[in-house]
Formats: sequence, C-alpha cells, structure tokens
Amino acid sequence: MKLTKLAAAAIAATIAAGPVLADLVFPSLDYRTGPYAANGIPFADGYADYFALINARDGGIGGVAAKVVACETGYNTEKGVECYESTKGMGALVYQPLSTGITYQLIPKATADGIPVHSMGYGRTSAANGKVFRNIFNYPANYWNGASIAINHILAQEGGDIKGKSVALVYHNSAYGKEPIRTLEELSKKHGYKLTLLAVDHPGQEQKSQWLQIRREKPDYVLMWGWGVMNQVAIQEAANTKFPMDHFIGIWWSGSENDVLPAGDKANGYKALNMHNVGSDYPLYADLKKHVYDAGNAAGAGDQSGTVLYNRGMYAAMLAVEAAKTAQEIHGTADITPAMMRDGMEALVIDEAKMTALGMPNFGPSFSVSCENHGGPGLGAVQQWDAAAKKWSLITDFGPSDMEVIGALIAEDSAAFAAEFNITEGCN
Amino acid sequence: MSANFYYGIEVFLNGMMAGVLYSLVALGFVLIFKASGIFNYAQGVMALFAALTLVGFQNGQIPFSHLINAVFGTNIHHFGWHMPAILAIIFTLMVMILFAYLVEKYVLKHLVNQEPIILFMATIGLAYFMEGFGDLMWGADIKKLDVGIPQGGNVWLEENTAFLGGPDFYGFYLDNLDMWATVCAGLLVVSLVLFSQYTKTGRALRAVADDHQAALSVGISLRAIWVIVWSIAGFVALVAGIMWGSKSGVQFSLSLIELKALPVLMLGGFTSIPGAIVGGLIIGVGEKMFEFLIGVPFLGGATENWFAYMLALLFLVFRPQGLFGEKIIERV
Amino acid sequence: MLYREAGDFKTTYAKDQQTFPIAFDRWGYFLTIAFAVLVVPFILNDYWTNAVILPFLIYVIAALGLNILIGYCGQVSLGSGGFMAVGAYASYKLMTAFPELNIVFVILLSGGITALVGMLFGLPSLRIKGFYLAVATLAAQFFLVWLFNRVPWFYNNSASGQISAPERSLFGFAVTGANAHPATSYLFCLGFVFVMAWAARNMTRGANGRKWMAIRDMDIAAEIIGVDPLKAKLTAFGVSSFYIGISGALLFAVYLGAAEVGEAFGIEKSFLILFMVIIGGLGSIFGSFAGAAFMILMPVLLKNIMVGQMGWPTDLASHFQFVIVGGLIVIFLIVEPHGLAQLWRLAKEKLRLWPFPH
Repeated sequence: MKLTKLAAAAIAATIAAGPVLADLVFPSLDYRTGPYAANGIPFADGYADYFALINARDGGIGGVAAKVVACETGYNTEKGVECYESTKGMGALVYQPLSTGITYQLIPKATADGIPVHSMGYGRTSAANGKVFRNIFNYPANYWNGASIAINHILAQEGGDIKGKSVALVYHNSAYGKEPIRTLEELSKKHGYKLTLLAVDHPGQEQKSQWLQIRREKPDYVLMWGWGVMNQVAIQEAANTKFPMDHFIGIWWSGSENDVLPAGDKANGYKALNMHNVGSDYPLYADLKKHVYDAGNAAGAGDQSGTVLYNRGMYAAMLAVEAAKTAQEIHGTADITPAMMRDGMEALVIDEAKMTALGMPNFGPSFSVSCENHGGPGLGAVQQWDAAAKKWSLITDFGPSDMEVIGALIAEDSAAFAAEFNITEGCN
Repeated sequence: MSANFYYGIEVFLNGMMAGVLYSLVALGFVLIFKASGIFNYAQGVMALFAALTLVGFQNGQIPFSHLINAVFGTNIHHFGWHMPAILAIIFTLMVMILFAYLVEKYVLKHLVNQEPIILFMATIGLAYFMEGFGDLMWGADIKKLDVGIPQGGNVWLEENTAFLGGPDFYGFYLDNLDMWATVCAGLLVVSLVLFSQYTKTGRALRAVADDHQAALSVGISLRAIWVIVWSIAGFVALVAGIMWGSKSGVQFSLSLIELKALPVLMLGGFTSIPGAIVGGLIIGVGEKMFEFLIGVPFLGGATENWFAYMLALLFLVFRPQGLFGEKIIERV
Repeated sequence: MLYREAGDFKTTYAKDQQTFPIAFDRWGYFLTIAFAVLVVPFILNDYWTNAVILPFLIYVIAALGLNILIGYCGQVSLGSGGFMAVGAYASYKLMTAFPELNIVFVILLSGGITALVGMLFGLPSLRIKGFYLAVATLAAQFFLVWLFNRVPWFYNNSASGQISAPERSLFGFAVTGANAHPATSYLFCLGFVFVMAWAARNMTRGANGRKWMAIRDMDIAAEIIGVDPLKAKLTAFGVSSFYIGISGALLFAVYLGAAEVGEAFGIEKSFLILFMVIIGGLGSIFGSFAGAAFMILMPVLLKNIMVGQMGWPTDLASHFQFVIVGGLIVIFLIVEPHGLAQLWRLAKEKLRLWPFPH
C-alpha cells in the first residue's frame, strides 16, 4: 500500500504543478518505443518541430504560444488512455491518437468531453460522416479512399480496363489491415477484377507462405496494408520472389524510408500511396533550419528531417495550426477552447495560396471540411521509391477516389454506429 | 504430375528452411535449460541485442549517443569508421561473453536453488531490462544489417527445376539466405555436439546438465560452466539475430521471434539439441503445409501462429516430455 | 506495540478460524474497505479513475484468477490474454444481443462462458506439466486471438473488427460507455473485486483449495490420498478462467470501451498478469493485490516522475522505465523470491515483536 501512496503523492504533485497556462495545448500521443518506434519517431519529431517553428518564427498562433505535450503511448491502447486522461485537463485542443486502436477508444470519450480528434489517414473511416461523429475528423483521406486511389492507379496503368485482372491484398491481420477489404470487394464488383486476400499475422516476420502463394498465383497487382516489421519483410520477400516492384502498392503507412531501406537496391520501384508531398525541397525547410535546427531545438535526435513520416507529422501539425487560426477568426479570440477548435476544424479550408504562403507549395491537396464531410475530398497521390537516389517522389497528382462507392459504405457504417449509440444525425 | 504437387513440395522445402530458422532460436533455449534448468525467456531479446550491437559496431555508432546528447546537449552520432563484418562479429561476441559474465555475477549467482518459475521470472525481468538498455544504447530506429550473406531466390535451382511441372510451374523457389541459415545451423549443431562430446569443458557441461550436485562434488565450477553456457547461448543468439535481422532489418520486433521458437521447444523437448532441430523441421513443415492445404483454402489464412502451438500440443498429449526430452520419472 | 495479539482471546472455533484473526488486522481491513467505499468515490477525478484505479481493480481480478491456477494449483498458464478476450467478446455479444440484460449478469455470464472455454483448454494439463504446459497454454492464447479476429460474427460484422461497448446502466447510473461517472465505474469494479477476492479467499481455505494445494505440492501423492486430479485441475482451470473472464469483460466494457483482440488481449497481457502473480506472491490473495499495484502503478509513477517532474524526453523516460522495471523485478526476486506478499508477512512478523524483538 506504500506504493500507492507514493504514486498518489507523485501524481498529485504533477497535477498540482500542472500549468495554468494560456498556451494552446496540443498533446502529441506519440510512440518512440516498442515495436513501431521506428515509424513513430519521425512523425512525432515532425509534429513537434512544426510547432517549435510556429513559436519561434511567428510567436505562436495568433500571438498565443503553442505548447506540445508529448506523451509516450508505445502504441499501446491502455497507455493511450492514460495519456488522454493526463493531458485532457491541460486544455488539450485536439488529439492525434496515432493508432487505430486508441482512436476507437477515444471516439466515445472525446465526444463526451467535447474535445476534437483528428485521425489523419487512420482510425475509424466512417468518422468522415460529421453528422454522426461530431468531434472526430479524418481529413484529408482515409483508408477507403486509399483503397480506391490504389485501384484508380491500377486502372490508369492498365489503360482503364482491369476486367479479369487479379489483385492480391496482403494485410496485417488486425482491425487496421481489414479496413480496405470491403471497399476493395465493392470495387471489384464494379471493375471486374479478382481479389485475393492474404492475411499476415502480427508481427509478420515470417511471410514465406503468403509470398509463395503470390509467386504461384502471379496476381497482376499486390496491394499492402502493412505496419511495422511486416512492411520490411514483405518488401524483402517481394523482391526475393521477383515480383515486379512497380506493381506492388502499399498504403501510406507502408511507404516510409524505413520500410524500403532494409531491402536495399531490390526495393527500387516500389510504390506507396501518400496524402501529402515528399522531400525537403520547400521554403519551409529553410525556416525550420534557421529557427529550429540551428537553434538546437529539433525534437528527438534531429536526424529525421525530410523523411516521409516526418513530413506527415509536419503536415498534421500544419493542419492543426491552420484549424486553430480558423477557430480564432471565427470566434474572434486568440485563446480558443476545444469546442472552438472543433468549429475551426469543421470550417478548415486549405488551398494552394495558403500552402504557398506557409512555405509549403503543392505540399498537399486543396480541400475544405464541412459538417457533412469530416473526411475531406479523399485525394491521394502515388509515390515511388528510387533506391539509387534513396528517395521517394510523387509520380501522380493528388487524384480523386471513387466517392460513389465509398460514400455509400460510410453512410452504412456510420448509421450502424449511430443506431448502436443512440446518436441522432444532425449538424448542430 | 500437376504443378500443384510440385508447389506442395516447394512449400514443404520452404517449411523445412523456416523450421531451421526457428531452431536457431530454440537452440539457445535448450543450451541454457540443459545446463541450468532455467527457461530463458530473454533469448529473443538476446538475439535482438546481439544484432543491434553488431550493426552498431559495423556502422561505428556511438553507444548511448542519444542519452549523451540529451544530457550534455552535444550532437554526436558516429565514430566515423566502418568496421568489416567479421571484426564486428568478433567484437559482438566479446560483448555477449561480458554479458554472460555479468548475468551470472549479478543475477544467477543469487538465485541458485530457486524454483524454476522464479528463475523464469528473473529472465523475464532481464528481458525487460535488456530491451530498454538496448534501445538506450543503440536507438530504436530500424537498422539495415548486411554481413554479406546473399539474399533472394536461388536462380540456378529455379531454372533447372522449372521443366518439372508443366507450364504453370515456375521452378522451385528457395531463398539463398535460408540455405545459408541451414548450413549455419548444421555447422552449429555439429560443433556443439563435438564440443560437448570431445572437450573437457564439454564433458563438464554434460555433467552439470546431468546433476548439479554430483558435478559440484567432483570439482566442476558451476559458475564457470554457467558463464560458458550463457556465452554460447549468446553466440547462438547472434547467429539467429544475423539471419532474422538480414530479412527484416534490426528492430524491436526481432525479439518476438522467440514466440516462433517456443512450439519448437515443446515439440523437441527442452533438453535435447537434436530435438530443437527436428522439432523445428516438424513445426516449420507442419505450419506451412497446413496453411497451404487447409489454412488458405478453408480457414482464411494466417493460421501459422496458432497451428504451430496446436501441433506441438497434440504431440505433447502423447509424449508429455517432448520428442527427445528425457523421460520424466516421478517419485512420491 | 501496535500490532499484537496479547489479550485477544478467541472463545469459539469460528473466531479462531476467521480470515483476520488479529484484531488490528481486522480493523485495518474494515477501515480500508470503509475508506474505499465511503471516501475514495468523492475524491476521484477522471485521471485517477481511468488511468490508475480502474485498471488496478480490473487486473486484481485477473491476478486473483491466475493466482488460483498457478499459486494454489500449480498449473502454469500463459493463456490469460486469450481468456480475457473470451470474457470481453462474450460480454460484447451479450450486450448487443440482449440489450435489456442487466450489466451485472452480462459480466457474470461472460465469466461463466470463459470458465467453460478455460476448462476445455485445461484438459491437456492432465498429461502435460510444468513449462511444457505453460507453452501449451499459449496454443489457447494464439488460437483464441485468431478466432476472434477471423470470425466476423464475434464482432457483429463491423467493418474493422473493433468492438465498442454500448452504454449500460445499473440503478439508473451509467456504468459503461463514455458518460459513466468515474465514481460509478469505480464502485462497480470495486464491488466485483470485493466479492471475487472474498470468494477466492474462502475458496482457497476450503476443501477445494486444499485439494488444489495438494495437487500443486505433488500431484501423484495427492492422487494417492484420494484427490481426483481431473476434478481438481479442471475446477482450478474453470474457477481461474471465470475470474479472468470477468476481468476481461470489465476491461473491455468499463475501462477501455473499445477493443481489438490482437492489440488488447495479445500475448503481452498474458505475461503482464503472470508478472503480477509472481511479483505479488504465489498462493496469496494479498499478493495479487500487491502485484497488480506494482505492475500498474510503477510505470505510471516512473513516467510521472521522469517526464512530469524531471522533464526528460518521453522516449528516454520510457526506455529507462523498461530498464528500471526489469531491474526491479530481478532485484525483488533476488531479495525475496516469494514476492511482495512474503515481504508483507515478514514485516508483520517483525511488527508483532516490535519494539522488543528478543
């Protein structure tokens, strides 16, 4: 029982010392340890660095300093709950849970607490229906968009007709990996391709069976919904079995430098989806270097700058900052609350002029959010890996997805959720 | 013969190879269990740690650099040299021997004569410790491991067997890395057997495995033997770490390979070195064939993880001591 | 001085055999319960409940269950995560299929279903012993996780395989779902913990408990003196799984609110509960409490000290957390292999003699 008291004392002290600040608090539920650390680190660094830049260069958002509160989740749902509870009292404006599992948990909790959640490219896809999920946002694109964009890319490569072609989906056998299946099935009805599903169990170190099957059946395309070590092994095995890499397309979580580097030159030509641009060739990076890196304020080890996931963290931070600015405009106060932040997110408009002004021209798609649509337009691009130059580059524009099919699925799934939780759809 | 038949053979062969890779991890367990009755849960983490250290030496990483940078505000990462693989392996081995010595000195010595479950628990504590320590020392990012082992399908074999099964058959696919692993595992087992049969230390090892007290009474130092055994297990972990790390890059998940080794252990028996190899082959072939014949067509796939355990469980119901385990004689 | 039995005379057998024969202990126990019921609910906030107390209470139930199996009956099991998943999915199916069913019955029924599954997977224990059995129970762990992931019926065909707990209430107060007041969920779990711990304590003191312990100490000898190993082992598996199932159901319905089988009930969970039991002390009810407290509070405490107080980067802090927790486990085992419960017992012995130890 002594321990309990000690813990009590420590926690009480923490809470007591907790700041009564006027800062705008942005919790970062990141993971720098555990099996997915390699993916969590660059995202968290990007997220933190962008806010550091905003504070150093612009003096905060609308004159109020932004404060990033990091909390290590280790990709573990229970730690995620602990992080949520420990940060929400600080006036947290928006949560980026960075894990599908934690997102699912936070959906009811954050809705009850009135704090918005932004799950960018993960989480519950049907949260795109803002009439049911009032506090949950998943712009600019979700998994179902991703599935459709991948199929669109295949369509483009095959000249618009993929009847009779075969597509295999290699997926992480979990909630996350199963997300695209229904969309792909619907799309296969529409376009007439044959879909093969290949589940890989966590953690995915041993995928011989799956890749031997792919080698036997020779599908025309392989899609991958992988995560963690599964990505590296799959790309390695694909290279080993001589599957044509440019017919192998991963989701945006299977397309970082970490995933392709272990396979070396053989990963050349591998494709992945993305919802934002890659590389460090932006005016913003000059500012980052001047205000953050050279000032010695880079987050983490400071060696992730310019990687795909670093850019994604930065992109997420940019969207959060822009939403906060929008909220400040709407409510005419610099010191916004989570409820105001929600309004800001719902009224968010990102266009080319805005991105250019921020030093990130053509960094992401132009889009706007509305109450009916928390998911944005569902635009995405395809990037390809160049093993010799060791860098990703976008090979397509931010293209649309088949909203006709996806919209119906979203309506169906969100209606089920609304029925289960007694939510009346509506916009106010 | 139809193409499918040959593909069956291909799956069989690949299952054997996968099994050998499992055996590599299982071997380390067996060595330690035999000599000290400890079920060493930390074996998987040892493989991770060894691989991390190897890559660290190869790339000239500065240990604890992240910690040092955080504390002193410096910005150091690398020594700036690149070590040849063989030298790095030797250095890593030394680290593993040092590790064995420290474990014996600070943990095992104090836990002599405890119940097996307590010792098991202590190794779990050790695993936790090393997980954190390894991350602190070398960082949590994914590292590419390359010690010069060729990877990818064996082209020669593929081309020369393609005629067998008609136009739908593309020849046998076997991974070069897996074949290397098989050779390594074979060498490892042979040298371990020779070592334990024909050297003085080896005989002492066997004596300890038979009976601690009797061994002590004829003047064998239990502590020295333990250090040796843990060093050898460290070496086996290094080999396993190299093989698995070459496939996936060196990262945290490497420590999870031991979950693949546990059914092998159950099946082969905790105390038998040949058992680890044979058990590995049976598990590897069993799970791959099950996935090929039943899992994918009827159950929706991804059955390998649990099937390996079920297979081992089934064996145990008929032979509770495992395939090659010593017969359990219980006296009241 | 404080803790003594002189003058505490027992005049009936019932009094002599009570759980807390020493008056001071008994008063301490009553006070703790009174404090837990009457004071704690009023000082709780969201953070305390959701981050610390609820997981602690829920894991106590799981640890009690596993302790019955390992500590009292001597059968090592690593399938706890899988059994918790059974409890969670059973409660989800019951809650969604019978919305009118009282949440207490839902939880109890989930426990019952888990008990049946547990007994099924306990069957091999009749042939397999020791570590072989431990590894064999992993078969249950992996198979159950695969099953819940594979068969859409278990998660009502939802798109992603996540299950979410709908809101249910007891006496008009929401217990599950996001709108539950911290105090309600706390009291709800506390009620379960109290009843379960009380039952465990009395079960292990009774005929069943003695049979289990006989099996643990030497199963062949126990068989010779007339203990039926089939019955004893299977009841141990059944009772233990009942506890673990209830804790799984609570974990999902009250604490997490949404869960996915691979993530929430993976192999790590099995190990976590095993740690609690061993660190706390095998074969001790108090040990289950102490072990759960250690494994749940320690990381939170360390995190708050290192990140909250000292302002370290979160990644360094959590690496250190691994090092420290691992190191502490080893140190604990070296200092006292019989766990926190044994330390507690020793402290009590000392206290009884204090301040005149000779």
